[in-house]
Amino acid sequence: MEAVQLKAKIISNKKLKCNYWHLEFDSGIIAKNALAGQFIEIKVNNGMDPLLRRPISIHGVSGTKVKLIYEVIGRGTQILSERKPGDSLDVIGPLGNGFEYNQLTKKLDNRKTVLVAGGMGVAPLVFLAEKIKFHRPVVLIGARKKEQVLCSQEFKALGCKVVTATDDGSLGFKGRVTDLLKEFLLENQKTGKPENIYTCGPQPMLKTVAQISHENNIASQLSLETHMACGFGACLGCVVSTKSGYKRVCKDGPVFTGKELIW
Amino acid sequence: MVKHAKPDLSVNIGSLVLKNPVMVASGTFGYAEEFNRLLDLKKLGAIVTKTITIKPRHGNLPPRTCETPAGMLNSIGLENPGIDNFIKIKLPFLEKLGIPIIVSIAAEDDPGEFYILVGQLDKISAVSAIELNISCPNMQKNILISQDARETSALVSAVRRLTKKCLITKLSPNVTSISDIALAAQDAGSDAVALINTLSGMSIDVHKCVPKIGSWVGGLSGPAIRPVAVKMVWEAYNKIKIPIIGMGGIMDTESALEFFIAGATAISVGTANFINPGASLEIISGLKKYMTDNDILNLSNITGKLKA
Repeated sequence: MEAVQLKAKIISNKKLKCNYWHLEFDSGIIAKNALAGQFIEIKVNNGMDPLLRRPISIHGVSGTKVKLIYEVIGRGTQILSERKPGDSLDVIGPLGNGFEYNQLTKKLDNRKTVLVAGGMGVAPLVFLAEKIKFHRPVVLIGARKKEQVLCSQEFKALGCKVVTATDDGSLGFKGRVTDLLKEFLLENQKTGKPENIYTCGPQPMLKTVAQISHENNIASQLSLETHMACGFGACLGCVVSTKSGYKRVCKDGPVFTGKELIW
Repeated sequence: MVKHAKPDLSVNIGSLVLKNPVMVASGTFGYAEEFNRLLDLKKLGAIVTKTITIKPRHGNLPPRTCETPAGMLNSIGLENPGIDNFIKIKLPFLEKLGIPIIVSIAAEDDPGEFYILVGQLDKISAVSAIELNISCPNMQKNILISQDARETSALVSAVRRLTKKCLITKLSPNVTSISDIALAAQDAGSDAVALINTLSGMSIDVHKCVPKIGSWVGGLSGPAIRPVAVKMVWEAYNKIKIPIIGMGGIMDTESALEFFIAGATAISVGTANFINPGASLEIISGLKKYMTDNDILNLSNITGKLKA
């Protein structure tokens, strides 16, 4: 299914906590076709400044609702946070390639899948967890402090085991989520190592997760985040280095395997 | 009640007849595949491809784009699959659309590369016109061909001898007098000039004290550059007789009309394609409406009709 451009009605747009916001818009066609790991390109206002759309991952769908989580970091996301329910939002989506996973028909006994989320990286991983709940994933969530840990209840409701790491130790493991991942892999050496790691978060975190996966010989899929001009493969602006040359994050990704990326 | 006649949107660019004057600019539309589901491509006046070089190019170091006030900087570095792959892999899709395809070409090191490219494209019937990209700011080593009237003249006249196809010369705004360069292109046999390419620019991340794009400087595009572009079209129009394809920050019908009134025969939609893929088709409908509302039957009654 290729992306469509349309004007969608905002159903809700609320602050979750800190600078994190949750937005829902109504689009049956996008909701029906969205895959976990795909994103939406949003025009935050009707003007020419800010000029470009903002790419935001799909957090989930329900009926004809498309759910997004975003962090207010600059003028674009600030304007988006001021948009009201009932407003019409100019969106293009769903864009990019989603995560790859095996479709299971019954629950696994053992937990072989690990999701590693850093900050906003939880957004597409909740959508993924929904799709792969029979895998009974373990979710490692990293944030700077307790208040910034997002979506742990949503993961738990899906039957995931959730472990958190905070930089200041205000919740769970004290340190980086990548250190938590290392510890987790050590602890589980005897019970068998995971088969798949899915991750989304800041670039340095992704790089470390890819390294750890490689050292432990575990397949990894990484969802990259970057600035984009178009978001649908035309401008060649958002490229990343891979073993087969530059690839577009928007069109060839945003999900890449740890193996193919060159850091 | 007066019955309005149907406005005629067709225009001639040299030997090329366009059913409407709205094209999409090189480098903002890939080879059209990405836009296939986002708009009805067959309705476009013409498609100008992303620039092709002889050999494939990987392009520049990322990050390659950044947003600026009402604009954006890019330094893609002419990433393209090379002429042979273009012909084999990209052209068949474009050919099937049945609209004029204008192939943009550039040389990497030596102007002689243009001769080879033109020689190859001249034989292909699916290629309606050739655009000489002698103005890419991201290929700059010393001086661009389009920054020197004599070099522009030498290149265009050499290429002119190699093809009867419609030749369009794309000009850089990073010059003292764009009309001098436009005149040189005209006198050397170019069928039309396309202007403007991007303005050379730079943007800095003040927290990290680093340039925002990988190659430090890039080309500025978008509505921010529109007044510069309109003025340059107007300047060139006053000096040359060949058609001008106007571009630079066209986002909608009103901005397109500015270019026609300043002297453009046709226009290209560029950066707007990234934000509103349907912009070019909206402009086609908008022009029709403007002409109907103002009893204008032919676009030539708008081009260059700026009043004192």
